[in-house]
Amino acid sequence: MEATKKEQNYIVSVSPHVKSDESTSRIMWTVSIALLPALLSGLYFFGPKALFVTVLCIISSMVFEHLYFRIVEKKSAVGDGSAFLTGLLLGMNMPASLWSFSPFTAHVPIIASFVAVVITKQLFGGLGFNVFNPALIGRAFALISWPKAMTIWSAPTAAFFAMDAKTTATPLGILKEEGVAKLIEVFGDKMSLYQQLLTGHRAGSIGETSAIALLIGGLFLLAKRYISWHIPVSFLGSAALMAWVMGGKQGLFTGDPIVHLMSGGMMLGAWFMATDYVTSPSMKTGQIIFGVGCGLLTMLIRLKGGYPEGVMFAILIMNCFAPLIDRGFRSKVFGAVTVKPAIAKEGSK
Amino acid sequence: MGLATFRGGIHPPDKKALAAGSSITAAKPPKIIVVPLSQHAGAPCKPLVSIGQEVKKGEAIGEAGGFVSAPVHASVSGKVVAIAEFPNAMGRMVNSIVIENDGKEEWTVLKDNPDYMALSAEELKEKVKAAGIVGLGGAAFPTSVKLSPPKEKPINAVLINGAECEPYLTADYRLMLEKPREIIEGLKILMKVLNVGKGYIGIENNKPDAVKIMKDAVQGAAGIEVIACEVKYPQGAEKMLIKACVDREVPPRGLPMDVGVVVQNVGTALAIYEAARYGKPLIERVVTVTGEGIKEPKNLMARVGAKIADLIEEAGGFKEGTVKVIAGGPMMGFAIASLDIPVTKGTSGILVMPESVIEHAEEFGPCIRCGRCIGACAMGLQPFMLSILAEIGHYEEAKEFNLFDCFECGSCAYVCPAKRPIVQLVRLAKSMVKP
Repeated sequence: MEATKKEQNYIVSVSPHVKSDESTSRIMWTVSIALLPALLSGLYFFGPKALFVTVLCIISSMVFEHLYFRIVEKKSAVGDGSAFLTGLLLGMNMPASLWSFSPFTAHVPIIASFVAVVITKQLFGGLGFNVFNPALIGRAFALISWPKAMTIWSAPTAAFFAMDAKTTATPLGILKEEGVAKLIEVFGDKMSLYQQLLTGHRAGSIGETSAIALLIGGLFLLAKRYISWHIPVSFLGSAALMAWVMGGKQGLFTGDPIVHLMSGGMMLGAWFMATDYVTSPSMKTGQIIFGVGCGLLTMLIRLKGGYPEGVMFAILIMNCFAPLIDRGFRSKVFGAVTVKPAIAKEGSK
Repeated sequence: MGLATFRGGIHPPDKKALAAGSSITAAKPPKIIVVPLSQHAGAPCKPLVSIGQEVKKGEAIGEAGGFVSAPVHASVSGKVVAIAEFPNAMGRMVNSIVIENDGKEEWTVLKDNPDYMALSAEELKEKVKAAGIVGLGGAAFPTSVKLSPPKEKPINAVLINGAECEPYLTADYRLMLEKPREIIEGLKILMKVLNVGKGYIGIENNKPDAVKIMKDAVQGAAGIEVIACEVKYPQGAEKMLIKACVDREVPPRGLPMDVGVVVQNVGTALAIYEAARYGKPLIERVVTVTGEGIKEPKNLMARVGAKIADLIEEAGGFKEGTVKVIAGGPMMGFAIASLDIPVTKGTSGILVMPESVIEHAEEFGPCIRCGRCIGACAMGLQPFMLSILAEIGHYEEAKEFNLFDCFECGSCAYVCPAKRPIVQLVRLAKSMVKP
């Protein structure tokens, strides 16, 4: 054979030769953008302290991730946005009051970030192999280690530079200790309670308070197909059902599901934490079971447990079951259902 | 009513506009041809000629090496100058016959028999077999085998595959526009051979003109129906097309004949017609030469055995910055290392890609279990598990995730945000364990 006139090396690789422009980092950054309305709402109500806590979590998470890669001599993947997102979620799950120097609690976000990124994620094999949601383990660790600091709730204020905001109880705290009548009394009347839960004018973690902002972010992810409806809907639906059936003091079916849906970390958890790809089941049926489990466990802890809030522990418990659920609900292989016998009998003409 | 389709699949940009407007033109006869003795699924051919021998165009130069095999023919007249191993598009060395073209274009006898439909089913099948016809969609499975289903698998429908779901490729599209009658004649022959009353032609709806032309052409043909399918890759995969057109699911690891269907590509239908009517062997086929890296994208009627370099030259040559040349489509085609590789019966396209449109395979991240591959998989598999298990060497476990049901369409790898080479990992696993 005559040699080709122009010698050139062509790239030889296995098909497919074209790929979509979706990427892991784009997903991470898009989810971060979807969290922006809730974050801004948190900054609006809790001021610069909230900003400091969130930024501290983000920076610590990224620094720890980078250092980890340096120590194990792997190419740093800190740019993929996963550590940023973990830090952001962790920050949004913390009270703004952590930015305090007397007593000094600013180390809490840093240590929680370490637990989240290094222990929960990297030591379990890195991105894609962690069993638990890193941000939630970080928060759980902080809550157990510094129970006091983690439950000092600044009262919401629209005055941005009010550094010394008063502290108050969260709606769920009031509900747990003093009941729904007191909660309505604190917020004036039922309508203004709903209204303030919706806008986020209440005590709580930085990014969890504004139900409407979280809903906007969640629907954005849903519209962009970054998440599917299965987990959020089954999570919120089962929690609402249980809140309605079991949540009332006057007997069955007297609970107020709306208060429960819009308080605590319910919205943040259902839309952004339980939907974490890595720690939730992959198949749709499994996702519904996972979501229902999260919803029921959340309400069980809220109504019967020692904590006023149960979203975090509910999701973490269901994280354990995600691999098991995935084992139980495999996909149906094309053609696996037996062919209708009629076809085989039709025969040729 | 929605268009016929299947569950799963992806929507890559179809890029067909590059070559869709160019009508089929005959490529210049090549000076030299390299005809691989194995260019079909099944047993390789045994050579029928020796070095130095003069052959005519259309003369059989290799005989079928078994039941699942197909003879090969000379696509030029001239002298056999070598019988040796040459690389094929998959990178394997294949025994091939090299013929120097004498430029005379001397045919073996071609006889027009306009009354071909009067031939018996057996005679027609014999003609298809002698013509060396294989599936022209890419898999190159010998057609005569598909026409000889075992008795316990009655066939009741023939499906012509005009989906052409691979992006860029327009060979089948042009054939449907330019030779609709011949394709339908091919289908009628198939229906006669298989003694079947129903024929379907499935076409992806991004080719509305082809759908219309075929619909017009089947007017009055009894039992033949044209079905417009949703535009979705891999609509042209046999199992997906059967699901879309006749709503039957081929069982896992089964064949179309398990649900009473035989599927043939439109190019194959044309070849069947030409074999039945003229006794013309399969020595040429339409090849789409296209891609962002080629100067004048074209649909060429190319000789089997012509070098890919010849076709690229005929399409105006490369633009600056070509880095990848693919035999076939971008989803399932083979990247080739050299332009000396010959066109074979299964070569549906030659794709020339510049740096800007290709995806480098070496940089990929860990699976984040986003589930996009599950939604994309037309076979209902969990490709991410296959890729993870193959990556860590748990090949046996991959079988529990239906490793061997994957037909490597590449939809999972296309949608994967971590850019994981899922198809490559699946092939690795398949090569390491028995089904």
